[in-house]
Amino acid sequence: MEILTFLIPISLFMGGVGLVAFFWAVKTRQYEDPKGDSQRILSDEYDDRPKQD
Amino acid sequence: MALSSDIDGAAPQDEHVSASACPACLAAPSAEQLAKSGDIKGARLMLSLPTAHCAVCISDVERELHKQPGVKSARVNLTLKRVSVDAEPGVEAGALISALDRIGYEAHELDAGMLSATENDKRGRDLLMRIGVAGFAMMNIMLLSISVWSGAEDATRDMFHWISGAIAIPTVIFAGKPFFSNAWAALRARRLGMDVPISLAIILATAISLYETSQSGSHAYFDAAVMLTFFLLVGRYLDYRTRATARSAAEELAALEVPRATRLTETGEETVPVAELRVGDLVRVRPGGRIPADGTVTEGTSETDRSLLTGESLPVYAGPGSVLSTGEVNLTGPLTISVTAAGKDSSLHRMADLVAAAESAKTKYTSLAERAARAYAPIVHILSFASFVTWLYLTGGDVRHALNISAAVLIITCPCALGLAVPAVVTAASGKLFRKGLLIKDGTALERLAEVDTVVFDKTGTLTMGAPRPENLADLSPEQLAVAAALAGASSHPLARALHEVALAQGCVPATLDDLREVPGFGIEGKWQGQLVRLGRADWIGAEAGDITATHLKIGEAAPASIRFHDSLRPGAEEAVAAFARQGSEIWLVSGDVEGAVADLAARLGISNYRAGVLPHEKAELVQFLSGAGKHVLMVGDGLNDTAALASAHVSVSPASALDAARTASDIVLLGADLAPVADAARIAVQARRRIKENFGISILYNVVAVPIALIGLATPLAAALAMSLSSITVSLNSLRLK
Repeated sequence: MEILTFLIPISLFMGGVGLVAFFWAVKTRQYEDPKGDSQRILSDEYDDRPKQD
Repeated sequence: MALSSDIDGAAPQDEHVSASACPACLAAPSAEQLAKSGDIKGARLMLSLPTAHCAVCISDVERELHKQPGVKSARVNLTLKRVSVDAEPGVEAGALISALDRIGYEAHELDAGMLSATENDKRGRDLLMRIGVAGFAMMNIMLLSISVWSGAEDATRDMFHWISGAIAIPTVIFAGKPFFSNAWAALRARRLGMDVPISLAIILATAISLYETSQSGSHAYFDAAVMLTFFLLVGRYLDYRTRATARSAAEELAALEVPRATRLTETGEETVPVAELRVGDLVRVRPGGRIPADGTVTEGTSETDRSLLTGESLPVYAGPGSVLSTGEVNLTGPLTISVTAAGKDSSLHRMADLVAAAESAKTKYTSLAERAARAYAPIVHILSFASFVTWLYLTGGDVRHALNISAAVLIITCPCALGLAVPAVVTAASGKLFRKGLLIKDGTALERLAEVDTVVFDKTGTLTMGAPRPENLADLSPEQLAVAAALAGASSHPLARALHEVALAQGCVPATLDDLREVPGFGIEGKWQGQLVRLGRADWIGAEAGDITATHLKIGEAAPASIRFHDSLRPGAEEAVAAFARQGSEIWLVSGDVEGAVADLAARLGISNYRAGVLPHEKAELVQFLSGAGKHVLMVGDGLNDTAALASAHVSVSPASALDAARTASDIVLLGADLAPVADAARIAVQARRRIKENFGISILYNVVAVPIALIGLATPLAAALAMSLSSITVSLNSLRLK
């Protein structure tokens, strides 16, 4: 059962990473246009320049 | 350096020095002032794109907009069917809209009320964060709970419970905040909403689990508390999303009427907001402009289009002494108007009073969700309290056991399925309608639409496009047609434009005319092979005026020829009317237009109930009369004359081309030009209502099975978790069955 002392913290940590990633995605407005994003990958106009602001 | 010293030397040493130091700065302050006074719209423009739906649309629209001068960037949001454009000041939305129109995309301007939009986003993102936290906590706690359910015991179980508690308590406090604050507000107003039993269940479950854990008890409901929070937050978020999207889009559709007028003063012309007009002011209205205030014509002749006000499709002559009201469109010649009523006294304002009266007369609609919550909250509280008292009595005062059971009852009665039952269906349905080009502005509009059994249509601008088409060009000889096309080409009058367009489309080559001139208010005349030729009003030509929209052509001394026009049907109008008829609805056509035009259209669409020459308040009265007879009326209209009727109807629809006031008064806005989705919407609404009721049925079924188990004290955390997730998932899946 000692393995639990590793497994539980590891699972919590990995869940936490997922949560932080989700926060980041929400904050950077990646859920603003899910439908458009799913269509944009079909566009052949590449947008590979860094954002210019 | 030489330049600046030059200027310094030339300019007197006073306050002008700084201004004259750079010529560009001279222009800057005036530009600033202009921006402040609203003459220049902000650099950010928003356009609605009702027909955009795919990757090609995105790149077409963005590429086309990038080509426009002054546009810095354009980004399409397909979810909201909008494009936001960053442009230099001075770029007009109108230019962008016509550019998009040329490549085949319908676009409407949205008010760049960006601030309120980001404000809305903030609330949405806040809810999303809470969902994320609740979901994360739910998964981790479930991991531990499953080990407990599969047989972890003693110290291991206690440790798992403690870890669960450590995750659950902060989660519940953070993620449950929207429910707690709502419940608190409801309690303070002495009401029992859905949020009171929800908050009670969450708090009680958490508190009891904490106590049980500290006593090394075998049951802890941390997972149930967090799961409840998660599912309910999802329902809340769906609910929020539907309403926020629809509300912002519908309200931001920019006003069609121009809020500014050109006032004539002794020194010349000045542009002033309409609100500043006073009685006696002289206002100049150019062809194509909207009359800003009620008044009488003092100078100029023209024709005006009052279809949005009264539904009349025939342009009306306007000359010195004619009385015009706010909202009419000046067609051919410039007019000078002396204002007779502005602001509160104007005909526009009287219309607003009529709308307000109609709205206050309407009883508030109680939605299915509200009714369910009203029945649900007391039952749950009574059941839970009764089980507590009964078990306290049966066990001879074992508070811990009795509390445990009453908490289990609260959790298992499962408000999560109820919380999802309505939002999940409404989200699915309004998403479906949005893809068809309908915006639901009001949360209960869908339910009200499902009850509709009578449909009242307006004519001009609703069933018809409000754009005339010549219908008897074949009766004209080729010469007549060539002359008519040439005359029509010289005018911007809508009848002339339509005639010119159709003639050219038929391959007609316009004749060569000399001395072409437009006589505002009457028509166009010119010389053809030495003969006087005229195209215009019947009385000017010497022809007989009929009941139907027509223009008349006279060549030399020959008998005048009439060119009749009919208003082209809005696409989908026939389908919509036919579909409503199939659904068994009673259909009415009510218009302010003349008998002939209305009867003609009614016959064409197979509508047997029609009224012509109806005044705005009579429209509202007809709707109220039908409602009084127990009918649920759907009003479809676009004009100012429809607003009162729209407001008094059970549910109302207006097209995006409608006047601002009409859109505000209606529950559903049709984004595209096609009318067919309206009938579809009614069908989807009926289906949605059935799904909502099924969802309630499913929740009740789960409760009927699970509550007795909880009441006799056999409910375990596993049973609670199963009942909760199963009912939530079945309810969500059922909502997706909408077709």
